[in-house]
Order: sequence, then structure tokens, then C-alpha cells
Amino acid sequence: MTTTPVLEAVDETLETQGKPPLNVIYEWLTTVDHKKIGLMYICYALLFLVIGGFEAVLMRIQLAIPNNHFVSPQVFNQLFTMHGTTMVFFMGMPILFGMGNYLVPLMIGARDMAFPRLNAFSFWVSAFAGFLLYFSYIGGSGLYAAGSAPDVGWFAYAPLTSKVFSPGHSTDYWTLAVFLSGIGSIGTALNIVTTILCMRCKGMKMSRMPLLPWLYLVMSGLVFVAVSPLTAAQIMLTFDRYLGAHFFDTQAGGSAILWMHFFWIFGHPEVYVLVLPAFAFANEIIPVFSRKAMFGYPAMVAASVAIGFISLSVWAHHMFTAGLGPAGNTFFVFATMVISVPTGIKIFNWLATIWGGKIIFAVPMMFMVGFLFQFLIAGLTGIMLAAAPFNWQLSASYFVVAHFHYVLVGAIVFSLFGAFYYWYPKVTGKMMDETLGKWHFWLFLIGFHLTFDFMHIPGILGMPRRIYTYEDGRGWNTLNLIVGIGAIFQSVGTLILVYNMIRSYYKGKEAGHDPWDAWTLEWSVPSPPPSYNFAIEPTVNSRRPLWDLKHPEDPDTDYE
Amino acid sequence: MTTITTASRIPIDGPVETPWKLPYRGNVGMACLIIAESAIFIIFVVAYIYYIGKSLSGPTPAQVLELPIFGTICLLSSSIFVHLAVSSLRKENYRATTLHLAITVLLGTIFLATTAKEWYHLIHDEGLTIKTNLFGTTYYSLVGLHATHVVVGLIMLSLTLAFSLAGRVKEEHSEKLEVLSLYWHFVDAVWVVVFLVVYVLGR
Amino acid sequence: MSLSTRRSPADISRTNSRSARIWRSAVMSLIAGTASAQSPTNIFDPAGTPAHTAFGLSILVLSVTLVIFLIVAGLLLYALIRFRHRPTDSNREPAQIYGSNQIELSWTVIPILIVVTLFLTTTRVILVTEAIPKPPSAMDVTAIGHQFWWEYNYPKLGVVTANELHVPISDPSSPTPTYLTMSSADVSHSFWVPRLAGKMDLIPNRVNTMWIDPQATGLYLGQCAQYCGTQHAKMLLRVYAQTPQDFATWIEQQKKPAVQDFPGNAAAAEGQTVFMKNACINCHAIKGTVATGRFGPDLTHLASRDTIASGPIQNTPENLRKWVNDPNTLKPGSLMPAMHLNDHDLDVITAYLTQLH
Ligand code: HEA
Ligand code: HEA
Ligand code: HEC
Ligand code: CUA
Ligand SMILES: [Cu+2]
Repeated sequence: MTTTPVLEAVDETLETQGKPPLNVIYEWLTTVDHKKIGLMYICYALLFLVIGGFEAVLMRIQLAIPNNHFVSPQVFNQLFTMHGTTMVFFMGMPILFGMGNYLVPLMIGARDMAFPRLNAFSFWVSAFAGFLLYFSYIGGSGLYAAGSAPDVGWFAYAPLTSKVFSPGHSTDYWTLAVFLSGIGSIGTALNIVTTILCMRCKGMKMSRMPLLPWLYLVMSGLVFVAVSPLTAAQIMLTFDRYLGAHFFDTQAGGSAILWMHFFWIFGHPEVYVLVLPAFAFANEIIPVFSRKAMFGYPAMVAASVAIGFISLSVWAHHMFTAGLGPAGNTFFVFATMVISVPTGIKIFNWLATIWGGKIIFAVPMMFMVGFLFQFLIAGLTGIMLAAAPFNWQLSASYFVVAHFHYVLVGAIVFSLFGAFYYWYPKVTGKMMDETLGKWHFWLFLIGFHLTFDFMHIPGILGMPRRIYTYEDGRGWNTLNLIVGIGAIFQSVGTLILVYNMIRSYYKGKEAGHDPWDAWTLEWSVPSPPPSYNFAIEPTVNSRRPLWDLKHPEDPDTDYE
Repeated sequence: MTTITTASRIPIDGPVETPWKLPYRGNVGMACLIIAESAIFIIFVVAYIYYIGKSLSGPTPAQVLELPIFGTICLLSSSIFVHLAVSSLRKENYRATTLHLAITVLLGTIFLATTAKEWYHLIHDEGLTIKTNLFGTTYYSLVGLHATHVVVGLIMLSLTLAFSLAGRVKEEHSEKLEVLSLYWHFVDAVWVVVFLVVYVLGR
Repeated sequence: MSLSTRRSPADISRTNSRSARIWRSAVMSLIAGTASAQSPTNIFDPAGTPAHTAFGLSILVLSVTLVIFLIVAGLLLYALIRFRHRPTDSNREPAQIYGSNQIELSWTVIPILIVVTLFLTTTRVILVTEAIPKPPSAMDVTAIGHQFWWEYNYPKLGVVTANELHVPISDPSSPTPTYLTMSSADVSHSFWVPRLAGKMDLIPNRVNTMWIDPQATGLYLGQCAQYCGTQHAKMLLRVYAQTPQDFATWIEQQKKPAVQDFPGNAAAAEGQTVFMKNACINCHAIKGTVATGRFGPDLTHLASRDTIASGPIQNTPENLRKWVNDPNTLKPGSLMPAMHLNDHDLDVITAYLTQLH
């Protein structure tokens, strides 16, 4: 490694008036700095990860043995609704937006997001939405009772959500929370797109941008066309519930199918909105720990864009059992299966990146290895679900639950944990503890496989999802018990992560500005970065500016 | 005082493509907003089309709707005036800017008034409300959603007009006014779709 | 495709059972054989044509995906081990490779070919299940989903019943499949008896159809597969496949109006009077009496059913009494209210209900 040019700079963060801790709180509440907002997003999402995980553990306790009476049916139905809604809207979206907020400006050499105040607004709207969802536990059914949470499932099929079948206000809390979180997401997505298109540093052509911003660009584009339909559908549902409109009122000729279409026009692209950032982290981490440039950068970009477009045309694979007819089913089978082509390209390009490298199995890379295998399996079970007649059997069974947790946990959460270990030093200036990290990895990995591998089988044995209890003698007992035990392992693993993050903040090794010997711009600034990010706006000449700097004898510039 | 490393020296040599010009973020932001809003409108339009003729009871669109030709002309021509306002601002012709903005606001208000009159007629004379049937549900939602956008646009245009009257709108603001005009054009374009769907296709 | 559309259900079941048999053992060992053998709702233990065809396709898809998995995971594993950083390695960075058009093209084209194959096979199975003409010998049943129970109508036979569906078995040589016309009275439900066929949703204000043709007599279990509210979990399905003779006997029995005289059973007779005076008749129908409610299950031949409340409760006098006293103790969240009857009324109503053969 050659010596990096060094520049003197003064960190002139504005000193706020007032005594600690008030000044600190004031500063965070009013901040428009993309890094602080990003961190707030992440902390808030981690809180919801623990809450949502706790709900999952309660569900698994209830299901551990047949005919259990741990929770009542009403409570169980609220648990999975709250778990799904929390994990998707208040864990997944915010944590990914938080990472994006933090990383995108740093990686493209910008000093902040394009619209800092809109950024703060989006965060606070989303935060309020999460609060509102949980406020339903107090305010749900009115004043007389202890309140109750929504219990309509995370896709809230009509007409179960109508006033007739869901009296009280719990469903309204769900609608409003999801609506507001949608507004926040659209705001942040708009900000990310504008930042990427308008704020890149000199020399960073689109074809030189790191893959992470690229994927965030595609993901944000998807947010516009996916979250907006959900917003529209929530407006309609609110009209139905408050003004007596009939959009989804089957008694007045309204259609239950229409809601399914509207929800899944959102819902399917949404899962890619969640997984694209996970791909993005993999795209940054895998090359660095394999010590090789990303294999097939243009193909990676093209595949991401293709995934974005194709994912808009596959939504009805969630409706194979709704009676679409042979023509509809056939079309959606095809569209769904086609998506495996660009996704396959990604898998193979990662494989090729590893190939011939010198792989360093630090904790971030370990999580990436988990991500690769688990995403592969999850994608293949997705293909099984996409074969409509097979889907008629598997749909709405625990096989589906296993499929999507394999992606949501096995791919996204794993990739996210990898990203935590990878960028934590940048954010705090301290390294995370490797030993604790390995404990976390192994416990979570074992827990994950105990839970979600064994969850496929009850599905094949006819166990539907969303049931609060089941009969003895269906051959599901042992499997459900194992699944439950896995959830405990996952909890312990997650607790270790939280402990590690807090401990390392105070006791971790100093990280320096570039602990992983990486190649993108965020590693050129101090850790933690000063509020203006770059003392002097950088200029780049290739996709890996720091590589060029470290290897003047063999710069990337020659290969583009 | 700390010593930090920056990437600012990375282009040790090698000229950077000059000039380095990226799009104006106002325009990009507005384009994103327009994409998102279009998606919302598409869903409402789809619901409208899906429910054409599916109402279980009357009144039907053919019985109660009339073509809002006048309002449409007003709204569409207001697009021309907001465009003129932008170009006069570019030419630093501030009086023309104010005038064109005023005409835009006026035409927009007339459009809103025709919608209000239509709703009044439907509710009072025909007894059609959002509760009546699927037609009422989809009609008020779609037209109402559009009208809400007109109101938002009018508020922003009126603010600009007020600043303009106070002499505070200058040439350097022309990019911002253009962003606003983009929004207004979008609202007009949506009206064309709403008009075709509600008054032509659905009647 | 046109070729396969003209096949009758019987043909399909024959061709598929042959291929199915070959693959059966492979799959059983693949997916935790022990557990699957014991389950009455195993999708890999098909007993009717639609389940068979879906099973055949499953095997194909499973095999293809398994092969893909083995290859890709194998390569990954190899790369991870072979190219790991060793302490003895020099400190030089490995050779940087930025891409290769031929290689990338190959891993675009091969998946496309796999996808096309899978798609065509899937389409064929969709067509043989959904687009074959209905044979004239088919029997019609209308199934209506209600919040937490099933209503069955045999429109051509004039029979209305609830929760336990009886169908004749279908001999492949002269198929008598049962066609279900499905809708819902309230929210969406889904009909899923894994050994007979894949699921189909029952959606309000919409009619879906599906068919089943059990080939051996017996009881086939399943349950509602679309979340429909509090007691979605206890909305179980029971399909009794009977020989044509048994089925005909059952139909004859069901066609009769309810028993009205109870010689030597004063309690039952009194129970009938109490029933008819109570709100029960607003929600339940008993053929031949004033009870014509449609909100709850038809009780005309309640005593001929093995279970009550759509499956989870055995139909015994004790359970009936408990149920009428307060349904919420047995099935919390069910839409039948506790009727607040005194002990005597409970006793006689139970006596009455047990006589409704
Ligand atoms: C991040 C989330 C995520 C991702 C990435 C995916 C990816 C995919 N999903 Fe999944 N899915 C969900 C989240 C996700 N899904 C969720 C949350 C639900 C349930 C929602 C609910 O009901 O609550 C769901 C449900 C769901 C269903 C509906 C099930 C049902 O309810 O009936 C289907 C059906 O087709 C499906 C299919 C697929 C397919 C084909 C992919 C593909 O994208 C996978 C592509 C990847 C590969 C195939 C692997 C790599 C490719 C290769 C190695 C190349 C070679 C391979 C071939 C040629 C096959 N998913
Ligand atoms: C990103 C999204 C995400 C994530 C991460 C998870 C994570 C988990 N999920 Fe979730 N899940 C969904 C999204 C997600 N899920 C969705 C969308 C649904 C559908 C909902 C619906 O049907 O409407 C669903 C449904 C769902 C079900 C089906 C419910 C049903 O149909 O009846 C189950 C059942 O086992 C389950 C389990 C789990 C488990 C065990 C985890 C584990 O991985 C969680 C591990 C994490 C923790 C455990 C947190 C850490 C805990 C602590 C720090 C301590 C606190 C805990 C204790 C004191 C024990 N989930
Ligand atoms: C408000 C409507 C309502 C009233 C009144 C009512 N029931 Fe019910 N009943 C139902 C519903 C709904 C079910 C189905 C519940 C379920 O399975 O979830 C049911 C189920 C039953 C069953 C089980 C039927 C089966 O096929 O499994 C019996 C027996 C029964 N009711 C008896 C009675 C008697 C006796 C009375 C009067 C004393 C009564 N019901 C009053 C609505 C009602
Ligand atoms: Cu009926 Cu679930
Ligand atoms: Cu999907």
C-alpha cells in the first residue's frame, strides 16, 4: 500500500448552545445532516426489529405444541399482522433507507442529500407512522377497552378490512400507519434519486458509480411505482371506512379481487425494494473481501434494472389461487420465472468475483457467504411457488412462510448484518469485536436454519399459515417445536449483535479511516466522517478511486 | 486539529471531462414526484374503468354527467399562461410574469368553480354522493383527487403571484418557477386523462 | 397444448400415476420421509387427479431446482475453499478480472432455456387442470364459505348440508368427478384438501370453480387456507369419499325433511319446541320446520355428522350441550352467540339435536 495523500482540515461542527444532554437531543431532533438522519433511521429500525422479533417469538411459543393456549386467537392474529407490518414497513424499509441515507452521499462524493429538509421530514413522518401503528394497542377499539391492534394480516385482504368485518379503529391505525410510512418512503426515494442524479462529484459518470448507489437508484425508482399504488389503495380503503364509499364493498358490487391486485402491484415490487439494497451491500462487501474488482459491472447494472422492470409485471403470482383463469395464470407464471434470469446473472457474477480471489473470512464476509447460499435456496423455492399448479398446493401454507423468510431473513437480514459489521467502523470510528461477531454469526445461522429449513415441511404436509393453533395428528408437531427452538437461537444471536454494537462503541479498537483496505470514496474520509463529509470535493477517474490511489502502477482507469 | 485523508487528490493527473454539469435537482425532484403521482392516478383510473357499468343502482353517468367543456378549456389554457410566465421571467420581463401568473391563477380558479358547481348539482339535484353506488364512489374519488391537486397548485401559484406583486420574483428564480410550472402541466395532463375516462369512456 | 386439453381427467391420472410412482420414492427420501408418511394432509401423497398432476409437476420442478442448487452451491463452496486467503499467501492482490462476455452470455442463455422448459411444462399442467371440458357424469356442488364454517349445496339433488362434504369416488374408467362452484357469504376463504387438489379461493361477489375426484373411499382432511378472521384456524375441511352406493344412500337420507316425531322421547320433543321458540331459528334452518335461518349451518341432519363447528369438535351430546351453552368456550370468536339458556332447556335442546339423524 502506498501512502495516501494527506490533507489538513479542521472539523468545524457547529456548537449548539445549551447544556448536555439537552443540546445533544436538540441537535438530533433538528438535524438535517444525512448521516445523523441515516443513523436515526437505523436505530429506529433496530428497535422495531427487536419488537417484531419478540412478536415472532411469541407466535412460535404458541405454535410449539398443538392445541396450545399460550395466547388467544385474537392476540395471535394481531401478532402476525403486527409482526409482518412492522418487519416490512418499520424494520425493512427504514433500515435500508437509513443505510442509503448514510452511504449514498459518501459514496458519490457529495456533501449531503439533495433535499436535506425533505430528508428530515421523511424520517419523522415514518417514525410517527411506526408510533401510530403501536398506539393502536392503546387506542385500537375505542376508549372503553384496553384497545387492540390490527388483526387483518399484513396484506389486509378486502372485505375483511371493511367496517362490517373489522369494526372499531384498529384497522384504521394500520391503514394510516402504512399510508404515512408510504409518504415517508416516497420522500426519501425522491431524495435518493435526485442526490444520485444531481450531486455526484466531478468525474463520477453513471458508468463509474459504485454499484451501491446504482441499486439504490433502481430501488428508489421502484418505490415510486410500487408504493404509490399502495398509497392510492389506502386512500380508497379510508374512503370506504370513513365516507361509506364502496371500492372494496362486495355487498355493493365492489370487488375483493381489485384489492388483491392493488396490494400486490405494490407488494411484489416491494419485496425487490427490500432485496435490492441487500444486493447492494453484497456488491460492496464481496469484492473487498475477495480482493477483486466486481466481475461484470455492466451486467450487474443491467440485471438490476431488468429486475426492476420485470418485477412490475409479476404481481399476480400471489393470486394463483384466486381463480385468474388459465390465460392469466400462464402469463404470470412466465413473467415470474423470467425474473430468475437477471437474478441468476447476479449470483453468477458474485461467484465469478470470488473466483480467483483471496477470500478473507472476516465477519462481514461470513454474513455474505450466508447470504449467497440462502438467497440461492430462497430463489429456487420461489421458482417452485411460481409453477402455478405446485403453487395451488403450496400457496398460503408454511412453505410460503419459509420461502419468504429465507429471502427476508436469510438474504436481507444476513446482508444487513454483514453491512453493519462492514460500515460500523466508518460510522463510529471503532471496530466491532470479531469474537462476538462470530458468536453472533454462528448462533444466528444455526437459529435461522433450525427455524426456516424445518418450516418448509409443515407446508408440504398441509399446514396453512396464520393459524393460531393446530390439531394433533397431522405430523406437524415435532417440526413446529424445532422451528420454535430456532427462534430462540436467533434471539440470542440478535442480542449479541446489540451488545456488540454498544460495547464496541465504548471499548472497540480504533478503526482509522480505511480498516478494510477498501476502494470506494467513503473510506477516504475520517471515521466518523465530519459533517461536511469531504473537506474538498473529490474528483474521480474510475470506479475504484482508492484502488487507483493505492495501485498507481495498475489503475482501474486503464480497463474502463 | 486532526489530520485527515481525503480523496480530493485522487485525480493525481488526468483531466476531468469538462464541463462537469449535472441536471438541476429541482427538475429531477419534480420528475420523481410526477412519476409517483402518476402511479397514484393510474390506480384511481383503473378502479374507475374497472367499475364502469358495475353499479348495482342508479344514477348512471349517462343520466347525470355533462361534458365540462368550459372548465376544460380554462384549465388547459392556463398551462399556456404558466409557460408564458416562465419565459417572461427568463427575459426579466417582470410585469408580464405577474400578469401571466395572475391569468393562470384566475383560469385555475374558474376550473375549480366549475367542478364545485358540478358537484353541487350532482349532490343536490341528482342525489349522487360517494355512498350512492360504485359510480359515485369512483367519480368523486377520481375527480376529487384531481381537484385536490389543482388546489395545491393554485396555492403555490398564488404564493408566487403574491411574491411577484411584491416585486420579489427575479430572473434567478426562473428555474424554480419552471419546476412549479412542470407540476401545473402535470395537473393539466392528468385532467385530459380524467376527462377522457370519466366523461367520454365512462358515459 | 391443444392435444392435452382434450384429455379427460381419467387419462391424466393414469399417465401421471405411472411417472409419479417412479419418482415417489425419490421425493419421499428427499423431504423428511418419516414425517410425511404420517400426515393425512401430505401434498406428496395425492389421491385425486388434480393433486396427481400437480404432484407430477412438483417432482419435475423439484428435480430441476435441486440440480441447479447442487451445481451453483457446489461451485460456490469450491470457490470459497479453493480461493480462501492462506497465511502463506503473498501480500500481492490477486489478478483483477473485470468481466468476460462469453461467460456472461452463457449464464444468461442457459437459465433462459431452463425457464422456457419449466414454463411450457407448467402451462401444460395448468391447461389439463383448468381447461378440460366438464364430463356430463360430473356431480355439482355449490360450496359457500362463511366465517368459520362451510355450506354445501347439491343443487341438482336438492340437498343442503354443512361442514362435511360427501362425494362419490371416481373410477378412472367412468369418471364421476365433483365440480365445486365456490363463493363466499362474507370474506375470502380458500378450499384446500391437499390430497385431492390444490386450493381455490372462495371470494365474495365472485364465482370460482374447481374439481376433485377421489379414487379411494375414505375421509380426506384439509382446512381453510385464506385468512378469514378470528377462527380461521378452526375452519377445517372434511371430505368423505364414498362408494356410489353409499353415496346414494347418504343422499336419500339427506333429502328427507328433519325428524319431527320423537316417540318415547319426551325430552327431544320438548327440545324441539324450545328450539323453535328461541332465536335459533333466525340463524339455522331445519327442513320441514319454521327454522329457516341461513346465517348458521343447516341442522336438518346434524346428528348424521361426525363433528360440529366445521371439524374441531366431536359430535357428542356433551359437546353439543357445551356448544349451545357457550360456543366461545369451544371455538372462541365463532359467530354464534351464547344463548343463555337454563339447564333444563339446554338438556332438552341437546336431546332434540341428537335426534336429527
Ligand atoms: C425480498 C423478498 C423476496 C424475493 C427476492 C423473492 C423472490 C422470488 N419470489 Fe417470493 N415472496 C416474498 C418475498 C420475496 N420473494 C414474500 C414476502 C412473499 C409472501 C408474501 C405473503 O404472502 O405474505 C413471497 C411469495 C412468493 C410467491 C407467492 C406464494 C403464494 O403466496 O402463493 C411466489 C410465487 O410465485 C414467489 C416467487 C418468487 C420468485 C420466483 C422469486 C425470484 O425473484 C427468485 C429468483 C432467484 C433465483 C431463481 C435463484 C438464482 C438464480 C439462478 C441460480 C439461475 C438459475 C435458475 C433458474 C433458471 C431457475 N414468492
Ligand atoms: C423483514 C421481514 C421479516 C423478518 C426479519 C421476520 C423474522 C421472523 N419471522 Fe416473520 N414474517 C414476515 C416478515 C419477517 N419476519 C412477514 C411479512 C410475515 C407475514 C405476516 C402475515 O401473515 O400477515 C411473517 C410471518 C411470520 C410467521 C407466520 C405467522 C403465521 O402465518 O401464523 C412466523 C411464524 O413462525 C414468523 C416467524 C419469524 C421469526 C421466528 C423471525 C426471526 O427471524 C426473528 C428473529 C429476531 C428476533 C427474535 C429479534 C431479536 C430479539 C431480541 C433482541 C430479544 C427479544 C426476544 C425475546 C425476549 C425472546 N414470521
Ligand atoms: C346469531 C346467529 C345464531 C344463533 C341465534 C344460533 N346459532 Fe347456532 N350457529 C351459528 C353459527 C354462525 C354457527 C357456525 C359456527 C362455527 O362453526 O364457527 C352455528 C353452529 C351451530 C351448531 C353446529 C352446527 C354444525 O353443523 O357443526 C349447532 C348445533 C348450533 N349452532 C345450535 C344452535 C342452537 C341450538 C341455537 C339456539 C339455542 C343456535 N345455534 C343459535 C349461528 C347462530
Ligand atoms: Cu375461512 Cu380461513
Ligand atoms: Cu411476489
